[in-house]
Amino acid sequence: MNPKRKQRLMVVLFLLAGAGATVALTLLALNENLNLFYPPDQIVSGEAPTQTRIRAGGMVMAGSVARQANGLDVSFVLTDYEGSDFEVRYSGILPDLFREGQGILVQGQLGSDGVFKADEVLAKHDENYMPPELADMHRPAAPGGDAE
Amino acid sequence: MIPELGQVSLALAFCLALGITFFGLAGAALRRPVWLGALNSLVIGQFVFMALAFLALTQAFLTDDFSVAYVANNSNSLLPWYYKFSAVWGAHEGSFLLWVLIMAGWTLAVAVRGRHLPGDFLGRVLGVMGLLNIGFLAFLIWTSNPFERLVPMTPADGADLNPLLQDFGLIVHPPMLYMGYVGFSVAFAFAVAALLSGRLDATWARWSRPWSNVAWAFLTLGIGLGSWWAYYELGWGGWWFWDPVENASFMPWLAGTALIHSLAVTEKRGTFKSWTLLLAITTFSLSLLGAFIVRSGVLTSVHAFAVDPTRGLFILAFLVLVVGGSLLLYGLRATTMRSRVGYTLFSREAFLLVNNILLVVAMAVVLLGTLYPLAYEAATGGDKVSIGPPYFNRLFVPLMLLLSVALGLAPLVQWKRTRSDRLRRDLRWMVPGALAAGVGVPLVVSGAVPWQAAAAFGLAVWVLLAHAADLVRRARPGLRRVPLAYWGMSLAHVGFAVTLIGVSMTSVLSVEEDLRMSPGQTSELGYLSVRFDGVSNRQGPNFVAQRGDFLITEGNRQYRLYPEKRRYLARGNVMTEAAISPGLMRDVYMSLGEPLDNGDWAVRMQLKPYVRWIWLGSLIMALGGALAVLDARYRRLRQRFAAPAGAAPAPELSGTPLPGEAR
Repeated sequence: MNPKRKQRLMVVLFLLAGAGATVALTLLALNENLNLFYPPDQIVSGEAPTQTRIRAGGMVMAGSVARQANGLDVSFVLTDYEGSDFEVRYSGILPDLFREGQGILVQGQLGSDGVFKADEVLAKHDENYMPPELADMHRPAAPGGDAE
Repeated sequence: MIPELGQVSLALAFCLALGITFFGLAGAALRRPVWLGALNSLVIGQFVFMALAFLALTQAFLTDDFSVAYVANNSNSLLPWYYKFSAVWGAHEGSFLLWVLIMAGWTLAVAVRGRHLPGDFLGRVLGVMGLLNIGFLAFLIWTSNPFERLVPMTPADGADLNPLLQDFGLIVHPPMLYMGYVGFSVAFAFAVAALLSGRLDATWARWSRPWSNVAWAFLTLGIGLGSWWAYYELGWGGWWFWDPVENASFMPWLAGTALIHSLAVTEKRGTFKSWTLLLAITTFSLSLLGAFIVRSGVLTSVHAFAVDPTRGLFILAFLVLVVGGSLLLYGLRATTMRSRVGYTLFSREAFLLVNNILLVVAMAVVLLGTLYPLAYEAATGGDKVSIGPPYFNRLFVPLMLLLSVALGLAPLVQWKRTRSDRLRRDLRWMVPGALAAGVGVPLVVSGAVPWQAAAAFGLAVWVLLAHAADLVRRARPGLRRVPLAYWGMSLAHVGFAVTLIGVSMTSVLSVEEDLRMSPGQTSELGYLSVRFDGVSNRQGPNFVAQRGDFLITEGNRQYRLYPEKRRYLARGNVMTEAAISPGLMRDVYMSLGEPLDNGDWAVRMQLKPYVRWIWLGSLIMALGGALAVLDARYRRLRQRFAAPAGAAPAPELSGTPLPGEAR
């Protein structure tokens, strides 16, 4: 093999190895950081997996938000207003648009006791904006709402 | 009356865009100098009418004309005048009006600055830009009319601008960003014009290079401003979220960065020709994809405008037409290209190829992560999924570190091949220098050496040393002899290193505490001590606020920070206004969470070292891009091509090297 061909072969091998490694790493990273979304009925019915990081969402049920007297632990109930609701526990600061009746997303793990341990609570910046995940859920007319 | 005039202006601009497209493309194809000669006035007219439409909407905002639906939804009589002004682009319709205005502005700039180009080529460029403008204006007029009236149900007052947008950031961030987004349409138009005319040598690259640099500089600035704005305005100290809309601006940036480097190779060496064309098409296509992501509401994002399916469909169709059409043209024409120039493994060409590969892979990683949720939903029939920031960080960080390794070697290698003794002599002191900095600086700053900080700091110094060494070598015949383009390149690379330091140090060394604080309580934050002195009420112009009072002790210095929780009156929404003590070496960032029982508050306090370097770096990068364009080379270019200006094509100019340029 002449040196020029040899160099070309090296380049091709190098590129193939690089591309292979990139694709493998990308798929791995994608797989590990995929958070599936589950609506309240699937959380309650047990369709949602436990002990793995998922995303859930619903409306914050009126009167369900409870702060502990010490620290920043808080719990609330998310509902679809169609009979499915589940408890969420979270430790930290809630977003500004978090309030009762508001549609929100939580990210974290569902425990085997049916309680969702959230490490992230997301409410959107615009109060008229519904996350696409919750768009199928109709907003109730009366309770809570945005009116102050 | 004036909104109707704005409406008419839009319609006239649309007609002129039709004219530009026809006379530009047909005039070049049929060789009609008179048609091409008409372009100039059409382009001026298009810009003038777009400016009139924009002024009409601005006037409606400044005079509180709530009979215009867009004004009623996004303004309020209590709003200060400068926010009324920037509210023009505070939501979907107006921001798209700004987009089209900027597009018309770029078209005008090309027509004016491009007078030295062969007439048929300029005609094709303007024709392609006119075609894009037709699409944008049709979208604006038929799906997003900003002048729609609310008659007779005119509200007494407006619904107010989203409080997050009542900020200096809104005044500057979108115009800069759009200048960048839309600016890449120029490179796109040059590429398509080159494909159409079959003039596929290095000439088009030489012509479009300054344009791409300027667009890139604007986009860099726009992204940097957006990140800075998110940092101080969202209230929680994050500066990048891998949000789909951020990614939408970042993907064209990555592709555009690859483009300006590959344009350099095409211009100087005549290689990478078809690849450069493809990059030019890709970059602008990603700008359009960004517009689709932002304006269709298909992805969960903090930025999303109100959702309207017809808008999404329109942009998608336009996107498919533009991308499909240009790629088809590329497929038909680009195969005929051959370059015969060879280069070795240790040459500048090879390193710029590495740069391009890494940037395009990084772009693909971001693209995959951004669109995967959509594909997943389509494939599974409605199951929803999201991709977390760890995915992006895990892949993006190593890619950028690899890029930095290559960036440190790039100035040391020469076109075609490098003398290995010179390279070895440089490496002999650069490697220990970078290693010493990587270990030494984090050790001095934080007393520990986390490997991420060491890698990033070492690589940043690696890049800086390489550029310093090269500058010294270049400046030997006299500092005056160093061309501006070279200063621009070096400056942009230094900016990259500065951003690298900022990103890595902030990510690794930041201290963050969420806690419950009672009035009078003191808490530690890194080397700071923070005392909470309670909360008082404050009345703002269009909001009421609860103002926290914190006493910070930093070494032997004491100061107070007053973060606020604001409630805006018109819409009743609540916002966190953080208080920041900024500094080159560290930011102290306080935010009020929510009130708890008996006067306690949830509080977030953060110590963020080097966070300013992130934006300082992007500012330096943008300056570098701007400086490169001012290089005398481009002025000479204009003079040289000034003679054959006019309608006659000048094929003999193709591929002629510039004066003083070695081939």
